[in-house]
Amino acid sequence: MMLNPAILALLMVSMLVSTMLLVAAAFAVSILRHWDIQSGSELQLRLERRTYLVSTLLIWAFLFEFLSLLLFIYNAEALSGQFVGAMCATGVLNLNPWGWPTLFLKITMFFVAAIWLLLNYLDNRGYDYPLIRFKYALLLLVLPLVVAETIVQWLHFTQMEPNLITSCCGTLFSADAQGVSAEVSGIAPANSILALAISAIVVIAAGVWVALQGKSGWLLSISGAAVFVIALVAIISSISLYIYEHPHHHCPFCILKQGHGYVGYFLYIPLFLATALSLGAGFVSPWRRIVSLSQTVADVLPVISWLALFFFVQFYLTSAWTIWHSRLTMMEVWW
Amino acid sequence: MIALLRKQRYFIDYTLGTMMRHKGKSLGLLTVYTIIIFMLASVMLFSHAMRSEAVALLADSPEIVVQRIQAGRSVMVPADYLQRIGKLRGVTEKRGRLWGYYYDPAVKANYTVMASEQDQLSINDIVIGEGIARTRGLSIGDYLTLRSHEGKAFSFRVLRLLESESELISSDLLLMNPEGYRRLFGIDESLYTDLVLSVRNPREIQKIAEKLTLLLPDSRPILRTEILRTYESLFSWRQGVMLILLLGSVLAFVIFAWDKASGLSAEERKEIGILKAVGWETSEVMRMKFWEGVIISLMAFLIGYLAAYLHVFYTSAGLFEPVLKGWSVLYPSFQLTPSVDGLQLATLFFFTVLPYTLATIVPVWQTSITDPDLVMR
Repeated sequence: MMLNPAILALLMVSMLVSTMLLVAAAFAVSILRHWDIQSGSELQLRLERRTYLVSTLLIWAFLFEFLSLLLFIYNAEALSGQFVGAMCATGVLNLNPWGWPTLFLKITMFFVAAIWLLLNYLDNRGYDYPLIRFKYALLLLVLPLVVAETIVQWLHFTQMEPNLITSCCGTLFSADAQGVSAEVSGIAPANSILALAISAIVVIAAGVWVALQGKSGWLLSISGAAVFVIALVAIISSISLYIYEHPHHHCPFCILKQGHGYVGYFLYIPLFLATALSLGAGFVSPWRRIVSLSQTVADVLPVISWLALFFFVQFYLTSAWTIWHSRLTMMEVWW
Repeated sequence: MIALLRKQRYFIDYTLGTMMRHKGKSLGLLTVYTIIIFMLASVMLFSHAMRSEAVALLADSPEIVVQRIQAGRSVMVPADYLQRIGKLRGVTEKRGRLWGYYYDPAVKANYTVMASEQDQLSINDIVIGEGIARTRGLSIGDYLTLRSHEGKAFSFRVLRLLESESELISSDLLLMNPEGYRRLFGIDESLYTDLVLSVRNPREIQKIAEKLTLLLPDSRPILRTEILRTYESLFSWRQGVMLILLLGSVLAFVIFAWDKASGLSAEERKEIGILKAVGWETSEVMRMKFWEGVIISLMAFLIGYLAAYLHVFYTSAGLFEPVLKGWSVLYPSFQLTPSVDGLQLATLFFFTVLPYTLATIVPVWQTSITDPDLVMR
């Protein structure tokens, strides 16, 4: 167990968030069972009042969850100095079997939380709470994720052995190794950049279409999810190479280091925001058929789509800039 | 979008107005909040600065130090070990060092005595650190008398003082000629305290250490990276312990904030009643209270962090120094290099703003659902 302030903070946050979600889940069950907007009963009044409290609690819980994802990555990066063999976050995540699951759960939570917050915003705008059952049913599905994240993160931090030799990113993200990360690293840079460019055109077209038409948000969601995967692949297989100016260093975490001007944050934060927003678009647009929401959806969907496009473009510009600025020249080799 | 921002601006405007009307209450909360942040931030800034100081100091030290272990205790290394090591690929320089401690009964303190070959000292000259000069009242040209291992008195002339920039390590340091060192402590020509090896390529260090343990089975190689890692863990552990101790006060603060937020005066209740009567919704009252929390948190965070910064980097953390730094008679007085770290800021935020926010959610909700007719009656 490492008694480090950032670790203490992360453990505290995840436990508080789990507790808040447990409280909210208990409330969600009674909403699902007893909610009846037509009724004027004592119980219904109590439930209506309590929704304010619970949705505020959840907004905060999810906001802290976002921040904890950032802190988790930043902390993994900072801890790498304390372990033999670790040179960046990869080494710290490799320390025990719980590192990667924690990261993936946190990323999943980020997207789910973003969708939930959008739905919550939408629901509060409708005078008859049209989405309330859907929203709280979704919450019950989120609960296991959060609890799992808390447990896995606890295991990850408590089972850290400072004298264990871990493996650095050079062994995981190398084209000769085995596994998914190695496969991704082995993809030819020309192919991944081409895929990135095509997906950029598709997602921008989809985004503009959704924003102008005010419907079919699923188009943006699907292309956004595809872009997310393609972008991560492109970062590992080619963009990071240009950042490191080294034709064989594929690590997606070392770009978060000070030595590379923290450029990783400028790539990942817009990418994650854009993906979350575009996923949200798919969850927002179906509700335009509900009378009390049709106006809100018509107002909100274009804003979401434009914002998603804004962040996607920011991501593309940053990647293009890093490649343009790099002194690594692979003209005859890759192109 | 613009309308949304404008709405928030009006909320902030109104909230500030309310807070100015209840100055006493807001000030009380702000003071306690600021003190909490000040304490936590001081601990974090201080240990972070100490850690970076250690890293900076060790940057120039040799990559490998070889000690000899006999019956589980470290003993002097014979000079022929240097020959036994022979030529190791990757080692750019190897030499023996002579150093040790000298207890001075006059000031009841230990000096770190080291033989220096670079300074071209004559046998009677010494170079001393600021700490020794301060405690013994010495300046350049004065004489310092040390008792040798045989009980004879040796007088050394102070040639110069070590620069104060490096006071963290050089405060209790005393440099002398190797010959003088051997005579003072009665150490044979054929012995060294330890050996140091410089290695150019950091990736080869581990392998060279392995080879050393094979060549010299009774030796213990100590790597610089290991020392650095130990410092890292040590300081972050100390930081963690301090934080756990301070968590009690954070908890007290949470209860205080909860109490402040729920114990509304009759006047405040009336105010919320009026707001609801003129058409504010529950969510809007909560929004207003949210801005109140943001304003208080932000102000406390800024003031507390700034005060901690001044406390740590201008007064050398006078309040927590003994716990975090350790102590000794010849303790160096030094100024820490200011450094602010993003991880630290984020952690501090989680330790203070998060508990405060959580503590106020329920009381804020309770106030905002009050029915107007109940409070205005």
